[in-house]
Amino acid sequence: MSRPEDVLPPDLFYNDNESRKYTTSSRIRNIQSDMTHRALELLDLKSPSLILDLGCGSGLSGEILSSLPGEEGGPHTWIGMDISPSMLDVALQRDVEGDLLLADIGQGVPFRPGSFDAAISISAIQWLCNAETSDVSSEGRLRRFFEGLYACLRRGGRAVCQFYPKNDAQRSMISAAAMHAGFGAGILEDDPGTKNSKLYLVLTVGGGGLKGDITGVVQGMDEVDVLDARKRAIQNKTSSSKKGDKAWIMRKKDQMERKGKVVKATSKYTGRKRRPAF
Amino acid sequence: MKVVTSNFITCAVKDCKSFPLHFRDAKLELQELDFQAEFIQNIIPRLDWDKLQITANELGFSNISDTKPNDDALNNEQILRDLHKLLLEVQIMEGKLICGDCGHEYMIKEGIANFLLPSHLGL
Repeated sequence: MSRPEDVLPPDLFYNDNESRKYTTSSRIRNIQSDMTHRALELLDLKSPSLILDLGCGSGLSGEILSSLPGEEGGPHTWIGMDISPSMLDVALQRDVEGDLLLADIGQGVPFRPGSFDAAISISAIQWLCNAETSDVSSEGRLRRFFEGLYACLRRGGRAVCQFYPKNDAQRSMISAAAMHAGFGAGILEDDPGTKNSKLYLVLTVGGGGLKGDITGVVQGMDEVDVLDARKRAIQNKTSSSKKGDKAWIMRKKDQMERKGKVVKATSKYTGRKRRPAF
Repeated sequence: MKVVTSNFITCAVKDCKSFPLHFRDAKLELQELDFQAEFIQNIIPRLDWDKLQITANELGFSNISDTKPNDDALNNEQILRDLHKLLLEVQIMEGKLICGDCGHEYMIKEGIANFLLPSHLGL
């Protein structure tokens, strides 16, 4: 399937026709609603809050925010930003409750510091990886977006951005940009390895410690495996061997063997010190 | 555009970012929404009350109190309902938002403010 990001910039791709198709397709609506509920679960909001919806489109996700029942912490009030006038037009026709802004999130997020309890973004931020004109770069767009978002969330707030990266390079570019802006960032992957795999970038502001970021967010959730690259780095550091000792020699021999080089057999003398002759 | 948004939104121009933006030629509409006391209580500490007064006066609501509701007033349903009406139910349908510092004008059409900037201002 071709990626819409490769076809046209978002404000042109989502014209009247595409916006209507996007909003009326029951398949897309189902997927969007599942993802919004998942994002809400990750945000874990206890009381009615002010939420920023980035790339709100026709308000498919916003609709769920404003109709969330009281026992699940809702209903929330939201402010949506989108770059496509046609999408916003569909949102107007559908009478969504949130407030809508026509804006490019790649130009920043123009709100006072600490305005929002949370932010949500469904299938939008991969668009930031495309620079449509020569005077902007994808890195610059991502930087302005995440810096603006970081500033306008209150301390302890969270942002969950579901996105479709084109490849691993885009995925790491996006999460690196988020971390540069100061977020605690982690990625939750649903159904990894399948066609339906969904990535959620979970961003936290403040909170402190390992438990303040995504590992704390998913704690207590069922069927979530935590793969913490930081922990692995710490473990590797402690077990790493000194150059020249037996473990190091064995590792090097392994490496060479894998490369197909001829390697001397390992014996009990391997890596042992030679005693002085006298 | 709702009044609550105007209390949080700043100028989007790169070197400006000033707050608040001022309404000009605003056409208003009332859109009824369910009242939620909890949300209003949640949002009050974050409101910039002085700027909210300025905005309210510009829009012709002069009956706003001089001080931010606190303590007892937070549980006074009438005060919360009035705030709910002002913040969430009043919609600015047409008009302009003007930055007091750099003078940039943001058009509001059908209730949607246009914050798209030409690239020399936004980057």
